[in-house]
Amino acid sequence: MRALRAIAIVAAFIAGLALFLVVLRYDAARAAAALVNGAFGSWYAFGSGTLVRATPLVLTGLAVAIAFRGGVFNVGAEGQFLMGATAATAVALYGPRINSAATVALCFFAGAVLGAIWAAIAALLRTRFHVLEVISTIMLNFTAIYLVSYLVRGPMQEPTHVYPQTASIPHAAELTRLPGGTRLHAGFLVALASAGVAWWMMRSTAAGFRLRVTGLNPDAASSAGRIDVRRVVFIAFAISGALAGLAGAIEVQGVTFALYENISPGYGYTAIAVALLARLDAALVVPAGILFGALEAGAAGMQRDAGVPSVVVSVVEAALILALLASRGIRHRFRETV
Amino acid sequence: MSALFAAFVASAIRTATPLGLAALGEVVVERAGIINISLEGVILCGAFGALLGSTYGGVVGGFVGAVVLGAAMTAVFAWFVVRLRADQIITGTALTILAMGVTGTLYRALYGTAGAALSIPTAGPLSIPGLSRIPVIGVGLFDEPAVTYAFYGSIFLLWWWMYRTLDGLGLRAVGESPAAARAAGIRVGRVRTLSLLFGGVMGGLAGGTLVLAQAGTFAEGMSAGRGFIAIAIVVLGRWHPVGVAIAALVFGAASAVQYLLQAAGLGLPYQLFLALPYVLTLLALAGVAGRTRAPASLAKVDEA
Repeated sequence: MRALRAIAIVAAFIAGLALFLVVLRYDAARAAAALVNGAFGSWYAFGSGTLVRATPLVLTGLAVAIAFRGGVFNVGAEGQFLMGATAATAVALYGPRINSAATVALCFFAGAVLGAIWAAIAALLRTRFHVLEVISTIMLNFTAIYLVSYLVRGPMQEPTHVYPQTASIPHAAELTRLPGGTRLHAGFLVALASAGVAWWMMRSTAAGFRLRVTGLNPDAASSAGRIDVRRVVFIAFAISGALAGLAGAIEVQGVTFALYENISPGYGYTAIAVALLARLDAALVVPAGILFGALEAGAAGMQRDAGVPSVVVSVVEAALILALLASRGIRHRFRETV
Repeated sequence: MSALFAAFVASAIRTATPLGLAALGEVVVERAGIINISLEGVILCGAFGALLGSTYGGVVGGFVGAVVLGAAMTAVFAWFVVRLRADQIITGTALTILAMGVTGTLYRALYGTAGAALSIPTAGPLSIPGLSRIPVIGVGLFDEPAVTYAFYGSIFLLWWWMYRTLDGLGLRAVGESPAAARAAGIRVGRVRTLSLLFGGVMGGLAGGTLVLAQAGTFAEGMSAGRGFIAIAIVVLGRWHPVGVAIAALVFGAASAVQYLLQAAGLGLPYQLFLALPYVLTLLALAGVAGRTRAPASLAKVDEA
């Protein structure tokens, strides 16, 4: 029944998208061919396009899934991603010159920590000042965007002061490519491992249980379960921010090798669709992330070969979330707001 | 110095007008117990509607387009939230993403990627005789596009409607306790849907203001977080139309400080000024902690 419903939803949104493109007088057949080609056309396209894009989507998707499970509506993965990318770049450029493994680890750590700190601001605002996190995390996203904009044109700008970006990070901080001749890097394995750990923690540890109970009903969690809800909320925010920050670090170390303004094409927002499609299940975030990675890669191909603007992907994302909502695939959340 | 201050007042009103319009709509929505996170998308659709409308009917056609698209967005939101009882925050987020995608795609499809040079007819200032002659603040407050006066007027109309009419009382009852309101014979779903449509009209008007009275062009994502700031302004204004208008004006004034700072020539990076509205919102929300109370049924699913 569930599988049938899922198939019906996917079929509906593909039909809707085709209609949308036809109405706009695009060649829908050519666009579809370009989409599939861009995502799965060759082993190289799959590795360098789909899986490279899936890496940040799996990590940010986990960030959103864990937060939502705990009743924390963190829509700030975008800002936390940017701060993580900034921290990793700063450590790679100005940090100690040590061997490669240690440098990579240090950059990861810095990215995760700054991502967690950025999320902790929203956590503090919610637990101490009752500020709705949907508002605060969006405000922090915009703040992060302008902070990066300032850094790459100011103190962190590359030495010639021509381009709005940092210098390239040293080779020691770069992630190794996986065998297979594509641009796929070791960060993909980190994303898979993170999903595995998150899945196990949610399922089999007391901390995971506390998170789920708090998300389902914070009042019951504190009165019947003697759970410190504030603490759980804070931890959920921090883990979520750390994962999004790690995604940013990996993007710099595996893909871009420098920090610049538009380093994220909205991964933090796509992550919401990834997490919801995965029904907030950490294990399912992996296939959902790969699906959206394929969509993003395919959309790039569509823009290149059929002239269809790649922003059309966000229409697909939104349609998917709305279809899930309409089919009651998402449970109501019960929690206090401002 | 007085010229500088006059520019400051004008800038404050300029920032406050779209935020205030959107926030006044959201006050009604939240007083009915619904939080419309997709207000950001509503403003963006309003801006795009203004672009579409103005190509057929000039400034007036633009505002009509803005209001129609804004209300259409909240009609979809109402269908999900009121009829299907879907989660308000997830629906709102999805609709905002949808608005970004649809307006972005349509804009590029209809106007091409080189549309940045697009020039749209704008509403000229309408000077109010007498009042606009008041030294220093007169020009900023009373030599404005007509939509600014619509903002001034709707503050008092809304206050009167919410606190001096039976329908206004009904609205507030729905927000505090849908079950009690229903027992008193009020049709809760209808009140919520109508208040959302009103919120859509006001949000659309806010988007139209950006295009038709300020920028004179459309840009992808030009709402730039104003919908979220407007929701914050509703909290700061304590869910009261007059309070919300004051909060919008204070916010406009605080954002306009950048003109004074830039004029002072401190050599601060411009990104600081761009980030200012967002940081201000965070600080202001933290500042009112514990001194406000939201409508009791806000954002909760109506189980009846």
